[in-house]
Amino acid sequence: MPVPAAALVAVAEPRRAAARGNGTAALYTGVPRVRVAVEEGGADETDLLAARVRLLEGFVARAELSDCTQLALQWLAEVLHLTQSICLIRPEAEQVLYVIGSYGIAGSGIASYTISLEDWNNPLVPAFIHRKAMFFPAPHSAADRRRRPSTPFEDLPFHAVPLGVSGFDEDAFGLLLVGDTRPLDADFHWFASVLGQRIDQILRQQALTEGDRRQGRERSLLYSIINAVTDPILLTDTEGRLLIANARALTLFTASEEESEGRRGAVRMNNMLLSSALSSKAIEETAATRRELLLVNPVDGSDLVFELLSTVTEDPRQGSGVVSILRNVTDLRRASEEIEDNYRKMRIAEVQARAESDRLNLIIDSVADPIVVTDAGGATSLMNEPSERLFTIPMYASEIEQRWVQTNDAHFSSFIAGMLVSADQRRVGEIGLVDPKTGEAMPVEAIAGKILSEHGELTAVVTILHDRREAIEKARLYEQLKQASDELERKIQAATADIAQQNELLRRQAIELEQASALKSQFLANMSHEFRTPLNAMLGYTSMLLQGVAGAVEPAVKRQLARIESNGRHLLTIINEILDISRIEAGRMPLQLSTFRVPDLVGEVKAELEPIILRSKLAITLDLPKDLKPITSDRQKVKQILLNLLTNALKFTHHGGVTIAARLAARDRRLSLSVTDTGIGIAPADQERVFEDFRQLDNSPTRAYGGTGLGLSICRRLAQMLDGEITVQSQVAKGSTFTLTLPTKGRK
Amino acid sequence: MTARPEKSDRPRVLLVDDYPDAREMYTEYLEFSGFDVIGAGNGLEALQRAVDASPDIILMDLSLPVMDGWEATRRLKADDRTASIPVVALTGHALAGISEGAKKAGCDAFVTKPCLPEDLVREIRKILDAPAASTSKKARRSGRYAKSS
Repeated sequence: MPVPAAALVAVAEPRRAAARGNGTAALYTGVPRVRVAVEEGGADETDLLAARVRLLEGFVARAELSDCTQLALQWLAEVLHLTQSICLIRPEAEQVLYVIGSYGIAGSGIASYTISLEDWNNPLVPAFIHRKAMFFPAPHSAADRRRRPSTPFEDLPFHAVPLGVSGFDEDAFGLLLVGDTRPLDADFHWFASVLGQRIDQILRQQALTEGDRRQGRERSLLYSIINAVTDPILLTDTEGRLLIANARALTLFTASEEESEGRRGAVRMNNMLLSSALSSKAIEETAATRRELLLVNPVDGSDLVFELLSTVTEDPRQGSGVVSILRNVTDLRRASEEIEDNYRKMRIAEVQARAESDRLNLIIDSVADPIVVTDAGGATSLMNEPSERLFTIPMYASEIEQRWVQTNDAHFSSFIAGMLVSADQRRVGEIGLVDPKTGEAMPVEAIAGKILSEHGELTAVVTILHDRREAIEKARLYEQLKQASDELERKIQAATADIAQQNELLRRQAIELEQASALKSQFLANMSHEFRTPLNAMLGYTSMLLQGVAGAVEPAVKRQLARIESNGRHLLTIINEILDISRIEAGRMPLQLSTFRVPDLVGEVKAELEPIILRSKLAITLDLPKDLKPITSDRQKVKQILLNLLTNALKFTHHGGVTIAARLAARDRRLSLSVTDTGIGIAPADQERVFEDFRQLDNSPTRAYGGTGLGLSICRRLAQMLDGEITVQSQVAKGSTFTLTLPTKGRK
Repeated sequence: MTARPEKSDRPRVLLVDDYPDAREMYTEYLEFSGFDVIGAGNGLEALQRAVDASPDIILMDLSLPVMDGWEATRRLKADDRTASIPVVALTGHALAGISEGAKKAGCDAFVTKPCLPEDLVREIRKILDAPAASTSKKARRSGRYAKSS
């Protein structure tokens, strides 16, 4: 083999060699020097070297611990002639050394030989623990024998050499027992060293592969556990780079190129958010921190709220990293917000309820009527202030007051008890209470209503008590008032009846008066008729005598007959005028409207008075507008007025003349007919009096002018009937103007 | 004042009045004025005379015993034999409504007493001289109502 064994060993353990300090390098450097022990009659140095190489090659070729051990023990017997040997190994974490190989030992007990490391009486244990080679010579006495450990060598002398990696502080892992009396030489030590290294190597490899497998299993288990966790779990380095992430975390923080831009954007955003969250604080604080982290759900873009729990892990080999666990608290947050919201609402509701309750209390207290709320058991649960005055014993109450309150309470309780046992929803009753302040009887009307829960269970009874005293007093007063009112009504009725009687009397009187008036008119009419009949004969015969029907008459007789005739006519005029007055007063002179020409009428009047005009020798002047249109009025009455006015004018005028004039006024709606004379005139004081009944200014029995004095009075009445009027303007000794003004279109 | 059954050339007037002085006065003057006059003292008598003597005109006082002038006039106008004879109401009643009642009863003219004999004659002549005289309807239409004042 071209490669020296020392070199192989060095290759096998490069890191460990490098890790040793200079202080230990001497041991190793001693190995390649190959100090060859020359034994008497043994092989030469070259042979020994070849044997060593052979051993090392055998080691390389064998991976099994027992194979290697067997090879080594065989080589020991063949090369170094140590023909009896046992190799024991302490499995890791055990306090027992087991035989893994032996050479030249007979008997079956060898396989079951063990050394307990807890057996401190066994001198091999300190040898093993302290890595100290020991020689046990053959025993010479029983005491020697007792000091020797029990071994398959029995009484034979043997060496106990601990196997371990030479020069290390570590514990030995094996023990080599060699049955021989000779001191062990350098070759043996080389052998022990090489074997120890090889065993160590194998043990380590075994441990390594075992560990690898276990580690792999553990890792995959770990990963599946991590992946099974629904919360994202991340391991990042101090720079925030992602090292390990579970499946949930991957969906948040990684996106492949094929994924949509939106998702990748969300992922980028999440990474930024995460690294800023981690860099800012997590690194500074070694303790685990909790904080909130708002991320975007790359799947649907919704907001996700996480609680970030990051812990800094220190790993001597991997350096420090940050383990972050994100707990999705979105729903939690929502729920918590809802809870908060509900709580707030509840608080508001509570405040409102309290306000409502306060208000209710205020209302109940402000009600002047006592209100008592009783629970289903009949116990009072609430009462307002007026109730308290009735049903609670005040401080410093006198004995009598207390008794009254108790009486009230008893009365009320019995009322409530009746209410509770009855099926009525409402009950109205009267309770005879006592005013505790005054002791005055206080009948109250109690109105009780049951309050039922939604299940129909009785929860409370609310009773309102209404003081009846006032009502009773009012009823009494009302009764008095009613009596007074009835009395008044009776009096009024009596008075009314009286008045009615009076009215009836008046009515009858009025009727009687009317009848009397009618009778008067009738009487006058009859009188007039009765007057006319004989007057008719008188005038008729006089006229016939004057006409000479019965033969010619003497002129003197004729003059006398003329006097009879003229007086007869005057009497007729008087009778007619009286008749006119009575007709007007009795309303028996109705309007007879017609349309006529005023000049015609004036002509007629003038013609009728022609004899008088001729006698008077006065000049009659007519002043009538040429274009005067016909007027509508009662022709007969207008004529009668004009006749009267003209007769008067002729009668009271001795010199001069009389003018009859017509004028339109008020836009042709009214016509004035005036008769102006140059007669004796009327004094201003008398101007109104001329229109009075039976008024002649000269009332002396020897008056100069005839007439009834009814003429102007009748004229004024007739003018009023025509909706017109008669006025006078006059100056004594100068003359008078009487003016009739009437509508040109008269109406009934 | 006895009625003459034979008819003369003079126009015949039936004068109905219960007041004898008036009746006599008017009779005397009418006869003096050339009329044939038959007298009657009440409405019933007037009806009889009107049928018997067929007067050319009837002067009817309205206030009459037995049967008043209004009723007599109504009956005269209801009778074919006398319906065409003009009737002049003659009354001392001057109250309004009298003339209306007379008109309704069938009078053709209305004269108020006192009425001088010559005025009455003038009125009679006016009615009798009217063209197509003596038809009561015609007389009514021409509105020949006169009233002496």
